[in-house]
Amino acid sequence: MASKSSNKGITDYASDPINRSLSNEEKIGLLRTMVRIRRFEQTSLKHYQGDKIGGFLHLYIGQESVAVGSISLLGENDHVITAYRDHGHALSVGMGMNECMAELFGKATGCSKGKGGSMHYFAPDKNYWGGHGIVGGQTPLGAGLAFALKYKGLEGCCLCYLGDGAVNQGAFHESLNLASLWDLPVIYIIENNGYSMGTSQARSSAHPDGGLAARAEAYNMEWDKIEGVSIYEIRAGVQKAVERAHKKSRPSIIEILTYRHQGHSVADANAEKYRTKEEIQRYKEEHDPIEFWKKTLLAEKVITEDDYKKINSEAGAEANEAADFALKSPYPDESAIFDDIYWEVDNNTEAGRTGRHFFHK
Amino acid sequence: MPRVISYRDALREGLDEELAYDDNVVIIGEEVAEYNGAYKVTEGLWKKWGDKRLIDAPISEAGFIGMGIGASMLGIRPVMELMFYSFAYVAFDQMMNNAATCRYMSGGLTNCPIVIRGPANGGTNVGATHSHTPENIFANMPGLKVVSPSDPYDVKGLIKSAIRDNDPVYFMESTVLYGMTGEVPSNDELEDGELIVPIGKAKVKREGTDISLIAHGRAVVTSLAAAEILAEKYDISAEVLDLRSIRPIDEQAIMETVRKTHRAIYIEENKPFCGVGAQVSSMIMEQAFDDLDAPVLRITSADAPAFYSPPIEKLQLPTPEEIVERALTIC
Repeated sequence: MASKSSNKGITDYASDPINRSLSNEEKIGLLRTMVRIRRFEQTSLKHYQGDKIGGFLHLYIGQESVAVGSISLLGENDHVITAYRDHGHALSVGMGMNECMAELFGKATGCSKGKGGSMHYFAPDKNYWGGHGIVGGQTPLGAGLAFALKYKGLEGCCLCYLGDGAVNQGAFHESLNLASLWDLPVIYIIENNGYSMGTSQARSSAHPDGGLAARAEAYNMEWDKIEGVSIYEIRAGVQKAVERAHKKSRPSIIEILTYRHQGHSVADANAEKYRTKEEIQRYKEEHDPIEFWKKTLLAEKVITEDDYKKINSEAGAEANEAADFALKSPYPDESAIFDDIYWEVDNNTEAGRTGRHFFHK
Repeated sequence: MPRVISYRDALREGLDEELAYDDNVVIIGEEVAEYNGAYKVTEGLWKKWGDKRLIDAPISEAGFIGMGIGASMLGIRPVMELMFYSFAYVAFDQMMNNAATCRYMSGGLTNCPIVIRGPANGGTNVGATHSHTPENIFANMPGLKVVSPSDPYDVKGLIKSAIRDNDPVYFMESTVLYGMTGEVPSNDELEDGELIVPIGKAKVKREGTDISLIAHGRAVVTSLAAAEILAEKYDISAEVLDLRSIRPIDEQAIMETVRKTHRAIYIEENKPFCGVGAQVSSMIMEQAFDDLDAPVLRITSADAPAFYSPPIEKLQLPTPEEIVERALTIC
């Protein structure tokens, strides 16, 4: 791995102004959100294996610091869009465990009424625009959200997350060109967990010495590469891009090095074949973002071991309650099939009542 | 005397009026601004509205169409121009996955009020890659609306409806029709002060009693010419129904004309396989079978990629003569 570009030489991320401004309560809040994401996903895994959840389940375990750290920087006019590994971002923006869990179970009480599933969480009221299933497909949308902010004259930005596998999609490169050409306040965060499904970065991406984010050079765009284990480092790195977006309306790419403990999805039968067991073990032991943040807060005397245990058990209980909620919730009614397709039909407008919209039967 | 203007000018008027009507309307596409439009549809609009409302996009359809879709989720009303609708295939994932399904997958929390417009026609000797007619392909996808205006009046009224619609509307024009002229009243001649044509309403373009020629887009013009020949040479009274909108479709108007004439041909410049005519004839068969005195026929473009050679390409598209010949087999 090449060295970082702009953070080089700064190792004391805790003293970065954006981190110094954190209250103890906020620091504990960041820990709590990471732990909640993990317990949510561990619980969902249990129910996936118990056949209560269908389809794909792409777990974020090991990467929690990325969503939690970066989203903690956002304000009223900042927006978030991501790919299919979206549970962590959803809980980070403030979506509830109940609606998220129920969505996995395919229930009517799910955040998308059971229509989207694991890969398609949305919460526009929390500036969260999905949850997108096609690799790289969300990257032009991220530019579009930023375009809308700029068009409306709002000081805001869009954090658009993608994986290291998405960097080779054409739509991403087109988005980079548009974002730079039109000065769009979008920040592309490459969550580099080293593997696009079963293909390692070395086998999938040609890139400059600086890494994947250095491709930004081709688009005259600022970029950075940061280690993803520390909340402090992520916040310090992403904050620069947020300021650049807010003050200069310029885009950035931030590559954050991270690791997923699980396979690409729970259905990934080869999760321990394309990666060595030793590698997975090493990341779990030495690079777990929750362990790292917990140790940081213990060292700062912000929390005690007992505090952590309490946070962990509360998150576990919350996840179990969410699973109970999901289990007890009803499946959607068959009549819901034809809702939420056309706005005009749903709202029974004149346009929605004019002509035949559906052609089954 | 009613005002007569071209299809291109009528379309531009509609765009211009919507730019004035709603500050969130923005026109984005290749060569739409400083170049004045590859087909001059947007001529003069950049000069009038400036850089914020008219934006020249790089040749990057997946990128800028997807960007428009993202912006529409936040309440912008982008009107995206595809220089040719054939280029939609470069942006297919954005148009089919993102614009069409985000509302559903979010359980109704989002919507995409975007218009994607441009010419979708063959017949101009530019080879297969620039001659696609994808109205049936996009109309296949629930969540999308597909509109195909055939005259200056409709193109103005429908583009205004499309821009105000809160769902994605794919608006398919024809380069062959851009120069066509027709009556388009000016706003001060209209009771409502503006010309709006609702999406989902067909129009009888010529009344008749013996056979229904049902069509959309440029095929309507071809059908009208055929109806003229049928009347003059064969004393056959053909009714011509212009669908105007493929999805939603005016089923009632289709059944009304079939029940009146008892014979129907669907004419389109689409390819035959699962073309619009396939859908329409299936609907007629299911709902008006007893009213039919003959099988429903379909006339489409030839089931082959567009031929470059000008005299041969002409033979690939429906002609008035072909319509007359087929009509005579069932009249």
